[in-house]
Amino acid sequence: MSGPVLRVAHLYPRLMNIYGDRGNIMCLRHRCEARGIGFELTELGLRDRLDPASCDLIFAGGAQDREQRVVVDDLLATKAAAVREAVEADVALLAVCGAYQLFGRYYREASGAELPGAGVFDLHTENPGEGARRCIGNIVAEWEAPGGGTSTIVGFENHGGRTRLGPGARPLARVRSGFGNNGEDGTEGAVYRNAIGTYIHGSLLPKNPALADHVIRLALRRRYGDVELAAIDDRAEQRAHAAALRLR
Amino acid sequence: MDPRTVAAVWAGKVAGVASRTLGRGGGTAIAGLAAERIEPAIVRHLVAQAGAGAIAITGTNGKTTTSLMLSRIASEAGLRPLHNRSGSNLMRGVAAMLVEEASLAGTIPEAARRLAILEVDEATLPEIVRSAAPRVIVFTNLFRDQLDRYGEVDTVAKAWERALAAAPAGTTLVLNADDPAVAHLGRAAPGRVVYYGVDDASAGGESEQHASDFRTCLDCGAELAYTVTYYGHLGHWRCTGCGSARPQPDIRITRVAAGDDATSITIAHAGGELTIALPLAGLYNAYNALAAAAGAIALGLPREAIVAALDGFSAAFGRQEHFAVEGRDVQVLLGKNPTGLNQVLRAVAARPGRKHMLFFLNDGIADGRDVSWIWDADYETVQPQTDWALAAGTRAEDLALRLKYAGFGDDVPVERDTAAALRRALAATPEGGTLHVVPTYTAMLEVRELLAKQGGARRFWESDR
Repeated sequence: MSGPVLRVAHLYPRLMNIYGDRGNIMCLRHRCEARGIGFELTELGLRDRLDPASCDLIFAGGAQDREQRVVVDDLLATKAAAVREAVEADVALLAVCGAYQLFGRYYREASGAELPGAGVFDLHTENPGEGARRCIGNIVAEWEAPGGGTSTIVGFENHGGRTRLGPGARPLARVRSGFGNNGEDGTEGAVYRNAIGTYIHGSLLPKNPALADHVIRLALRRRYGDVELAAIDDRAEQRAHAAALRLR
Repeated sequence: MDPRTVAAVWAGKVAGVASRTLGRGGGTAIAGLAAERIEPAIVRHLVAQAGAGAIAITGTNGKTTTSLMLSRIASEAGLRPLHNRSGSNLMRGVAAMLVEEASLAGTIPEAARRLAILEVDEATLPEIVRSAAPRVIVFTNLFRDQLDRYGEVDTVAKAWERALAAAPAGTTLVLNADDPAVAHLGRAAPGRVVYYGVDDASAGGESEQHASDFRTCLDCGAELAYTVTYYGHLGHWRCTGCGSARPQPDIRITRVAAGDDATSITIAHAGGELTIALPLAGLYNAYNALAAAAGAIALGLPREAIVAALDGFSAAFGRQEHFAVEGRDVQVLLGKNPTGLNQVLRAVAARPGRKHMLFFLNDGIADGRDVSWIWDADYETVQPQTDWALAAGTRAEDLALRLKYAGFGDDVPVERDTAAALRRALAATPEGGTLHVVPTYTAMLEVRELLAKQGGARRFWESDR
């Protein structure tokens, strides 16, 4: 009998890749293959259609404003409905930075122009204008790890927009140091069903192995139930995580 | 000379001497800041004296090497360059160089045969255009670099367009036709435009490059398509939407052949052909030589000077620079962003033999605080040839994790202290062997300082006079 296979749909790998997002895919592949779990990657670009039943995890990364504008038209025209349908059917989703903003209800640019979002998460993002500082720097956030106990997510954030969650989304983590969603309410990221959005890159997953395994478990659960993930050599990961906790 | 300029020159010189006496490095920033405090227009007053005018060189990668090449070409042509060769490329660095060159009377000696060769930080270009009014501006390329400092890559492109809008009508732009973001500046040109590019498809790399920063058209937003890709987003591009495309280059490499630590290049232009044996490896250095040649041609410098300077070229500091230390050949190759680092790693991999690699990752302001870019760089390129590797720098643990993913193993050693890292790497490299050191910017400065103390090289402000 063949073992489980994680099927990942990577949205706009060419256009949304500004902050080392490739590292997240490399990490998911490594952590699956090290445990004998198959890994299948489908890259979807402009005009490609997403089949909501064909994937276990949807991933999308960060983009510059110009690419984000190109992507948003295509996202709404060809993929947003399928992404929403997939998430309602408990497919997992991980959206980092620019994609996190695009999957909310809307993004208001510094100019005041409003880009409609894919509406996966009950949240909206507003850029307070050219005069306001971008939220840039190392970030540490506290996260209720699914195994119990408080864990940390470490990385870097760089965003002009301030994100506020509606009642339909809960925060992924609480900011210990850094800005997070808006620099004011102490929240970072969002969770809805098996979908996770976050501003943290760095890349996000390689030095947050507990979060990476959580994403893999969420993604496999729909088709395989609770999959036991064997322990793997995480010494280099833990060293990088611990070092990031000491950064200012 | 107006008294404030004289006072500014004096203040800058005193600050520079004090800084050097205290052993605080080349004093490049401090001297410039001191002079600018007294006369904010010090750069304007001193550059204006240069009889041959000014040329500015900017872009993400290659500006230090291209500027040094131009400086050597100018010297061959009988000019005396005013060149911020230390790579200190903000206004204060340019000011410091000019103050050092100026006499105590506030005048530039031998002003008639002076050409100002100004390496300029991407974000500093608008100020330089206003104050130095360069005759020629050379743009190398535009890649993602230090996004935490510059903002998005597009922010830099927009700042350049604004700078050019304010440039005098006589300014000549020398643009890389193979880089869509740089070529696009031709639209904003105040005067003449000279395009340069590579027309040798055999130098092309993989068709799709993940470390590519301009994938959509700057005019219409549609995706770009390539018939040839050299590296990053450099290549023969055209827009799939509006049909805008790579301009036909006026000055072009028609043949590039890589050798061991050298590259042979043929450059064609309206005046004929130049054949150059460049003693540097890597296609990125062929681009630097092409940009320098194009700048020199735009300035009207003689072709013999171009060939002589490039044939006899030696590396700019920390860019494929060799040091003899403890019986080992230590080569320092600056790698500060994914595209630049990928080019460096390709050049290392092209050399024969097993490799000893010392990688540094610092996250200082000048390096970029965000280290996520290492996930876009291809450390995998050199892994199969590597016998020994060390991850060093202030973010050594992040680097070790990246190297683990590149196949270097679970136990890549980590060392945060620069001197200790260098000691360990020298000990691990067999006598007579080569140690490849690949640092980010601030690590490169530290490594170079340490190697200089061990007798391997002169300090940068003492070299190349």
